[in-house]
Formats: sequence, C-alpha cells, structure tokens
Amino acid sequence: MNTPAHPDRHAGHGSEAPRPLGNLDRGFTGHVHHISANHDTGALPPEELERRLIELGFVEGARVRILHEGLFGRDPIAVQVNGATVALRRREAMAILVS
Amino acid sequence: MTLPASRPRFAIAGPPNCGKTALFNALTGSRQKVANYSGVTVERKTGIARLASGAEINLVDLPGTHSLRARSPDEEVTRDVILGRRPGEPVPDLLIAVVDASSPKTGLRLAMELVTVGLPMIVVFNMIDIARHRGIEIDTAAMQDKLGVPVVTANSVRKGGLDALLAQLQATLDEGVPPASENLWSPPSASDLRQSHREADRLIARAITLPPEPDTLTHRIDKVLLHPVLGLVCLLVILFLMFQAVFSWAQPAMDLIDTAFAALGSAISTHLPDGILRSFLLDAVIAGVGGVIIFLPQILVLFLFILLLEDLGYMARAAFLMDRIMGGAGLHGRAFIPLLSSFACAVPGIMSARVIENRRDRLTTILVAPLMTCSARIPVYTLIIAAFIPARPVFGVLNLQGLVMFALYVAGIASALAVSFAAKMLVWRHTPSPPFMLDLPDYKMPRPKSVAIGLWQRARAFLRRAGTTIFAMTVLIWVLATLPGAPPDATEPAIYYSFAAKLGHLIEPILSPIGFNWQISVALIPGMAAREIAVSGLATVYAVGGDGANLGSVLAHNWSLATALSLLVWYIFAPQCISTLAVIRRETGGQRWMWATFAYMFALAWIGSFLIYNGAVAMGWG
Repeated sequence: MNTPAHPDRHAGHGSEAPRPLGNLDRGFTGHVHHISANHDTGALPPEELERRLIELGFVEGARVRILHEGLFGRDPIAVQVNGATVALRRREAMAILVS
Repeated sequence: MTLPASRPRFAIAGPPNCGKTALFNALTGSRQKVANYSGVTVERKTGIARLASGAEINLVDLPGTHSLRARSPDEEVTRDVILGRRPGEPVPDLLIAVVDASSPKTGLRLAMELVTVGLPMIVVFNMIDIARHRGIEIDTAAMQDKLGVPVVTANSVRKGGLDALLAQLQATLDEGVPPASENLWSPPSASDLRQSHREADRLIARAITLPPEPDTLTHRIDKVLLHPVLGLVCLLVILFLMFQAVFSWAQPAMDLIDTAFAALGSAISTHLPDGILRSFLLDAVIAGVGGVIIFLPQILVLFLFILLLEDLGYMARAAFLMDRIMGGAGLHGRAFIPLLSSFACAVPGIMSARVIENRRDRLTTILVAPLMTCSARIPVYTLIIAAFIPARPVFGVLNLQGLVMFALYVAGIASALAVSFAAKMLVWRHTPSPPFMLDLPDYKMPRPKSVAIGLWQRARAFLRRAGTTIFAMTVLIWVLATLPGAPPDATEPAIYYSFAAKLGHLIEPILSPIGFNWQISVALIPGMAAREIAVSGLATVYAVGGDGANLGSVLAHNWSLATALSLLVWYIFAPQCISTLAVIRRETGGQRWMWATFAYMFALAWIGSFLIYNGAVAMGWG
C-alpha cells in the first residue's frame, strides 16, 4: 500500500490525478490520497475540518467507496471508509482527494 | 489525606453505540439513578454494581464520546469528568473503556487516548457474541500486552457474559485500586490523529483476527433503507406505523385505566358523604390526576418505538435521509432525532439536541422542538375532537376525527419548518451552514432488557410528574375553584363566586378576541405547568360547576365550534410548559432564548387562534 508520508507530495506524478470525493458518483471505489481543506469546504476552519475528517477515518491510504447518496442533489453521501460507514455532505467531501 | 470513600467510584466511557449503557444496565440492574449533571441537562446515570463477594462499586455511565477532544455539550461532560475538571465531581478511581468488539477501531482509538490520562483502566471488548458470530476474534493477552492495562471481553445479554469483567473488577479491588499516574493528555493535532490511526491499525493487525469477508447484512439492509426513494418511503411507513401504534395499541390499556378510575370514583361517591373531602377526591384527585395518567400507555408506545429505532441503529439513517430536506429549512440532519423525540415530549427532545455539535444548529432545533406535537397535547386534542368533530367517513376510508388529528400534527411540523426557515433568514443570515458528519453504525438487534429499563425510566419520570407537579397544580385549581363558597343568596352555581372565576374574568379580555370564555382562561393558568393540566383544569372547573360527568358533552354544550377550533389552534403553538421553558434556559445557558421561545410561540398561538376564530364565526360556526 502506498501511503504518502507527506500530504503535500501529491500533484504532478502518478498515472491518475487525485480527484475530490465530493464530485464522484455512487459506486466509486478508491483510496484517500490526501486531505486538502480550505475556506471553500464548509463552515469549519480548514484545520478543524481536517481533524474531523481524520477522526471519521479519512486517513491517507484508507480505502473508500461511495455506497449511497441522498435523493435531492445526490447529497449527502454515505461512504465506506475501511470497515466503517460514515455520512457526510458533498461540500465537506470536496476536501477529501482520492485516487 | 481524606478517608477513602466507602465504595470506589468507577466510570464507564466509550463511543456512542458501543453497548455502554447495556453493559451499565447489566452491571447495576435496577440499582441505578438517573439525574442531570449540575448546570447542564446531560443525563448523569449512576448505579451500584455488586460483586459476588459482596463488594460494591459506584458506577458512572458517562455520555458517549469519540475522543476527549469534545465537540458537543455531552462530550464535554465526559471529558471534564475524566480530566477532573468538573467542580464538585471527584476524578473516577478507575476507567472502564468500552470497545465495540464487532467494529473495534473507534473504541480502540478512544481507549488508547484514555490510557494517556493516567487513570487506572480496564478495557472491555463488548458485544463479543456479535463479533464472534461475524468471525472476529480478539487476542486479549496480546491486546493487554500492547495497551498495558487489563483487557477482557464481555456481552451484556447472555448468562455469564460478564464473568470475565466481574472477575477482573474483583481482582482489582483485591489488589487495591492503584493510584493514578501522571496525566499526559493534550488536545491532539491533525498529525497526532493520523498517528493514532496508524497505531490503532497496527494494534488491530496484531491482536484482532478479522473475518475474510466483512459482514454484509448491514449493507444489504441499507441498499433498501438508504435508497434515495425507497429509503424515504420506508421512513414514512415507519413514522406512520409509529403514530398508528400510539393511537391503536394504547387504547385497551387506556380504557382499562379509565375504567379503574371510574370505579374508584363511584366507590368514593357511595362511601363518602357529600362534602369538601368528597369533592376534593372526586374533582381534584380522580378527575385531575386520573385524567393525565390515562396517557401513560400512549407515551410508552411512542418511547418504545424511539428506543427500538435508536438501539437498532436506524436513527442515524433517518438523519441521513432527512438531512437535505431539513437543510432546506435551516435544520441539521441530526435535528431529526431530537425533533422525533419531541413528539413524545419536548423536554427529552431538547435534551437530545445536545448531540448536535454546532451551536447554531442546536439553538434552531431547540427553538422549534416545542412545536412538534408532544404527547401532552394529545389529551387536549382528543377531548376537543371527540366533542366537536363528528366521526364521519371522508372519501369512504378516512375518518374525519383522525384527519383533524393528522392535520394538527402536520400543522405542528409545518410551523416548525417555517420558524426554522425564518430563523435561518433573519438570525443566521451571515453564518455558513455547519457540516453534517456522522457514523452509520452496523444494525444490531435491540436488547429487550435495555429497552425495558429505558421504558421503565420514562414511565417513572412521567408518573413522578403526575404525582407531584400535576397533582399540586390540580389541587391549586380545585382550591381556586372551590373557595370562597357561594353566598347564601346565590343564584348561580358556586364556582361563579370563586377565586378562579375572578382570575378567569381578569385575563378574559386578552383571550376573548380569540373566543375563549373565563373557564378556559382559568384552566390555562395552571396549564402553564404542563399542557395536559388544562384538561384536568377544565374537568375540575366544570365538575365543580356541577355540570355532570362527561366533560366532552359538557364542552359540546357550552362552547361554539369556533371556540373549539380556536383552542385546537392555540394548542398547536401554546408555549405552556414550564418544564420545557426551564430546559431551554438550561440548555442555552440563559434566559434570552427561553423568552424568545415563549414570545414567538405566544404570538403565533394568539394570532393563529384569532384568525381561525374569526374565520369560523364568519362561516356561521360562532
């Protein structure tokens, strides 16, 4: 398993560029590449959002899979992270970059 | 040096849904007490665990938390108790960290964090029966070696499931609880959290055997229950069944209570001479308190559903399904649970709003929770509907009475959504909406014993209220309605000369534009204590007035349809519940939100009743 030691070492190399989880469809399966929270990804300060996402299990290298989506705007989404299932909105999921 | 307390004090900590409370219930049985932490309405459960040797331990069941990095008021309580920051509450002598063995990671990370606090600790891998059934094996010796504290497995249902834990507790007491070592805990940074994930993964890899194929039952159920369309349909069906059950299942038990009180009443009538004592027993005790206790079965059915859905793990799914719908009105998906509980009673509903992390979301939820039709309104609604709305079929299948009842519930929900939307537009315009993130736990069969204990606690709380507040208020109305007696040359029934009539006449000018007579005004005053008291109030006022036995027919005789409709609308909004207002004050940390709630609900009630009364009068129903 290739777990990047530094979250910043992401762009430019590798066959597939990381994409935000918030843009992906139901059924997507992949791995967390890194977390990139900024001021557009919700009401929380970026540093706090990053901690919350990590607490939910979105650590680099974690296997993720979008299991379900809501009816309106396909939001929120239910994501399987390693063994657990968590629910979150697409806006916060934009901070999770996956490949 | 202080003397050691007679019993050591152990605290149970763990993430939500790890079976912590079931374990606590199994250890303490009925030897438990539920109160609140001072200053907050976070539930404080304490109990006594008795070991085979006769030794006793004081157990505290701490609110569930994911980490000591507390984010909501109930998580803060757990953090403060464990870190010894709660004034007046000593640091526990030992921590029992509970880990859900069937999905151990969250609990294990918390347990690893708790180890850094330095308190003596026992780690319990709970629900081991479910875990084994799924093919998960835990190497407690390896786990113990890595964590450096005793590790046992347990299940709270099967006989003997607690043996290992009880033996460990006994061994700890025999050796003497060791003193706490230095507290090394500090709030973790993002990289600390990454580190803790890696450590937990390493520990799981070392000491836990996971099944080759993970459990798929939850996923298969979720394919239906979280389906964008089917999921919502299922949610509606569940809610429909719940309300159907509240009205139909509870009926036989309610009839039984009704018959019992009627028999008691006629026994009193035949054995006691006419006089003040008989009037007190019949008009205050039987009519007043009996008229409230009759709703116990409905409240229990409602709580049975809520407890079952909670234990099953469905509530988080409901929040997921409702998030976007409620988000449009400015409510958080998590507000669904408090609002659903508010159908039983706004007090536990408002209290459960403390699981909402964000203050803005929590305040909005608290603000609108009293608008959900609580069970205390059921007595008022059923009384007036039975008296004024004919039981006529509508479209062949529906009943007009049921339809009116349904409309009242819908009106409550619609007004809650409208008020939260208004709050979003007026108060929170500049605050961005906070995130929605939560675990969707695996489904679990509810444990009957836990559900039974939960129901028993609710029943006890309700009966205590009926026996104290409601009884006191009923006695007060009876005194006001009985004294002073009629003058010897009285031409009207005695109640016309009572204090109650004077009070009622005093506030009548405010309430007459909405069609309320002085009897309603009198009943509304003590009805401030709790909504259902208005029914016993009316019963007492009209019973003392000598208007016969059946309150419904008395009302139908005395009120116009316009007045009845106006009172129904009043009760959709009525802010009449001292306990709700007190809880709002405590939960929001001040009087401001309490008065805001009171003012907006009073205004809506008066305006709504005014419109409906005058509309009805214009229709010729005055």
